[in-house]
Parts: sequence; C-alpha cells; structure tokens
Amino acid sequence: MAVFLSSSPWIALAWVTVKALLVAGAILTGAALYLTALRKTLGYFTYRLGPTRVGPWGLFQVIADAVKMMIKEDILPEKADKAVFRLAPIIFMFTAVSAMAIIPWGPSDSVFASYVADPNAGILVFLALGAISVYGVALGGWASQNKYSLMGSLRSTAQMISYELAMGMAVIGIIIATGSTRLTDIVNAQHAWPFIAPQILGFIVYYISALAETSHVPFDLPEAESELVGGYFTEYAGMRFGLYFLGELVAQLVQACLISLLFLGGWNVPFFLAWIPGIAVIPATLWFVLKVCFVIFTFLWIRATMPRMRYDRLMSFGWKFLLPVSALNLIIQAVWVALF
Amino acid sequence: MFTSVGNLAKGMAMTLKVLFRPKVTIRYPEEKKQRADRFRGRHELRTYENGLEMCIGCELCQVACPANVITVLAAENDPAHPHAPGERYGYKYQVDLLRCIFCGLCEEACPTECLHLTQDFEMADYTRESLVLQKDQLVNRQPSKFKVPTHVYPTYVGRKAVKHQ
Repeated sequence: MAVFLSSSPWIALAWVTVKALLVAGAILTGAALYLTALRKTLGYFTYRLGPTRVGPWGLFQVIADAVKMMIKEDILPEKADKAVFRLAPIIFMFTAVSAMAIIPWGPSDSVFASYVADPNAGILVFLALGAISVYGVALGGWASQNKYSLMGSLRSTAQMISYELAMGMAVIGIIIATGSTRLTDIVNAQHAWPFIAPQILGFIVYYISALAETSHVPFDLPEAESELVGGYFTEYAGMRFGLYFLGELVAQLVQACLISLLFLGGWNVPFFLAWIPGIAVIPATLWFVLKVCFVIFTFLWIRATMPRMRYDRLMSFGWKFLLPVSALNLIIQAVWVALF
Repeated sequence: MFTSVGNLAKGMAMTLKVLFRPKVTIRYPEEKKQRADRFRGRHELRTYENGLEMCIGCELCQVACPANVITVLAAENDPAHPHAPGERYGYKYQVDLLRCIFCGLCEEACPTECLHLTQDFEMADYTRESLVLQKDQLVNRQPSKFKVPTHVYPTYVGRKAVKHQ
C-alpha cells in the first residue's frame, strides 16, 4: 500500500490531505473529549458531579456549549483593528491544530496509525509553531484597542516567550541523547527505557514549561478571569473567543502528546509491563493514547489542586529556576553522551 | 524548596483523595434535600378526618400576619351541609405568596391547628395572579388525623334556632 501511495505525487498529495483532515478531525474531537473530561474530572476533584444534564452522564454538554458559542453575537469593538482582530484567534487556532500534523501516532510501518508528516526537523517544527502562536496572543490584545487587553497580551506574550526558552533547552537534552530531531527516531530510541528515567530534570522542566506555554493552571495568568478580566481576549466574544479557548485545549493536548512522545516512550510498551508475554498484541497506538490520557489526567489533577501564580514569581521561576535546571540537564546529557 | 515541593505533594494527595470520595451534589429535581420537620413552606388548610374543614373563619391568622398576606372572610355554615364544625367557616381565604415571609406566625395563631405550613417550597410561577392562592388551592381535601373536638362545638342548627339570651 505504501508503494501505491508513493507511486505518483498526486496520489501522495491526496493521501496526505486525507490524513491531514483525519488528524484535524481527530484533534478537534479530542479537544471536545478533553473538555468533557475536564468538566467531569474537575467536578469529581471538588466533591461535585460535573455536568449531568445534557445527554447520558452529561456527555453532550460539550455540544451544547459549542452551539452556544456559535450562536452568540459576534461583537467587534468599534475601534478595533478589524482585520487583525479577526485574524488573531485564527493564528492561535491554526498553530495549535497544525502542530498535531507532526505528532506520530504509531510506528511508521503501520499505515493507518500514522502521521501526516514526519519531517526530519519534527520537534523544531513544533517549537516554531509554538513561537508563531504567540502572535495570536500578542496581535489579539493589540487589535482589541483596549488597554487591559494590551497589557494582558504583553503579559501572556512575555510568559510564553520566557517558558519557550526553558522548554527548548529541555528538548535539546533529548536531541543530544537521540542524535535526531525526528520524532519517530526519538520514540524508537526509547525502546528499552523512556527518557523520563535518564532525563528526569529535563522532564520536570519540560512538563512545567508545557503547562506555562499553554497557560494551564498554575500559570493561567493570561485568562485570570477573577482578577485580571480575561487578559488578551477581554474584547472577544462568541466563536472568536471560542477559537482561543479551543486553541488552548488543543495546545494542551499537543503538549500531552509531546510529553508522552519525548519522555514517556511514545507507543513503546511501558518498561514495567514488557515482561508480560503476548503484550505486543496490543496495538502500539493504544499505548500512545493511554499515555496521552494519563498526562492529560495529571494536567487536570494539577488544575484541581493549584492556585494561580503571581506574575513576578512566574517570571522569576521561569528565568531563575527552570532555565538553570534545564541547562544543568543539558550539561549532564552532553557529558553522558561524550563519555559513553 | 523541598518544603514547597512537599506542600505541593500534600495538596495533590488531598485532591486525589477527594476524587474518590462520595460527592455532595444533590441532583435537585430528582433528589431533594431532606427538609427540617418544622420547615415552613407553602400554606395549606387542613381538614378533619371526617372531611369537614378545620378553618372556622376566625381571622386570627390575618391579624397575626406581619406582612398582610392573609385575607379571610367568614360566612355562616349551612346546617344541612356544613363546611366546618360550629357556626362559621372561612368563606374566602387568600394567601398572597408574593408578600409572605414564611415566619409561621399565622400557623401559631390558628386556634384549630387548621393552617399549616407544608414542606412544599417549589412555588415559582409566571404571573402575580397565580401566586395569590385562593381557598380551593389551599384546602387539603385529604383528611388529616385530627378529630372534631368534642364539647367545643354545640350542635349547630342555624342562627334562628339559637336562643341568644
């Protein structure tokens, strides 16, 4: 089949398009599932049941929410820069969804559990898309022509840029250990041991910066609705706000995927289960999905537990703790690779 | 730094514990919270076990009410088909729920234990008129356990028959 698919550039293009649509659909469905899980789990974490009214066990609440978002009035502030105002949430959403294109779902020999693209600069593409998504935030706050939005967008932009640095440093540790930036190579290098074992410092740094990058609790200052009036999307309403909201969810999903690919061994069988005979029957993609679900659960767990950080502490934590720790991790990895 | 990590771990352990604990949510329309025995809800006028109304139209509830909720008009019983034991019965009985503060003073004032504040608290409605309860909405035709007290009401045969000395 693979031979047929690469026989003509047009067929290959069509196949990539189909895969891209499938992945985009999957990630949006995943975001809806994530939102459902978020509502239910946060409820259970706080002595509540979460939504129970719409559909069985409240499962269709997401659909009701989406319909509500879409039929709300699309408010455009009078003084806003209309074109940029419209463009900004699209940039944010685009970068979040298109980052999913480089996520490998399974080993390259399985056809369907595959990925849209496996560029040899995979993880760098992801970091680049993350850098572009900052524009969605910065332009959104700028185009709103609202001082609070502008301040909020500056705050969020500074946060994202600061933590991107520590995140990139943590990723370099992986690249040193693997010798490749291709995500499939990185996963294959973890066949025996996931990278969380030798690179626990890198894992901690990457995990924390992933939370900060996607403005997840304890770093959700961009949308501190109780004290900072929503930050950069103060002026957004209806589905434009929905795009920011959804983009954030998708970005968190992508980060969960990347954490499981980079540090938890991707689709490899977990090392503590590898002794079970016949465990290889379970499809590789299932392991990947299970790991992503686990990471998402830890996200939700943190969301239910932690209060929001103060802005100056967020900054000093990023620059004075995470960056040195990721540098230390980098040095350890470099020395390890050089010596052995 | 290690203490703060310990504190974080403590918090995480707490929330994880809560995840598996029973939930406090009461799924309202299906489940309702247990109300106190003396809960003061919507008014009802009770009836004796033989079906006679307990209200004798004495208007003490109307006098006791601090919010002018209750309006009572009494009328004379027809001896052949009495509404209530004795001479008078409540001919008209209105409770304006929009004004009611559910203090229960009317219930305390009632000499025959007729007026009773029920456990019913779901009184929302769409119009002002429908929230002024009339007598037919208030009388609970389901006979209560109360018996008509003896030696209180003389046999009533109509005003003309009674000899007022």
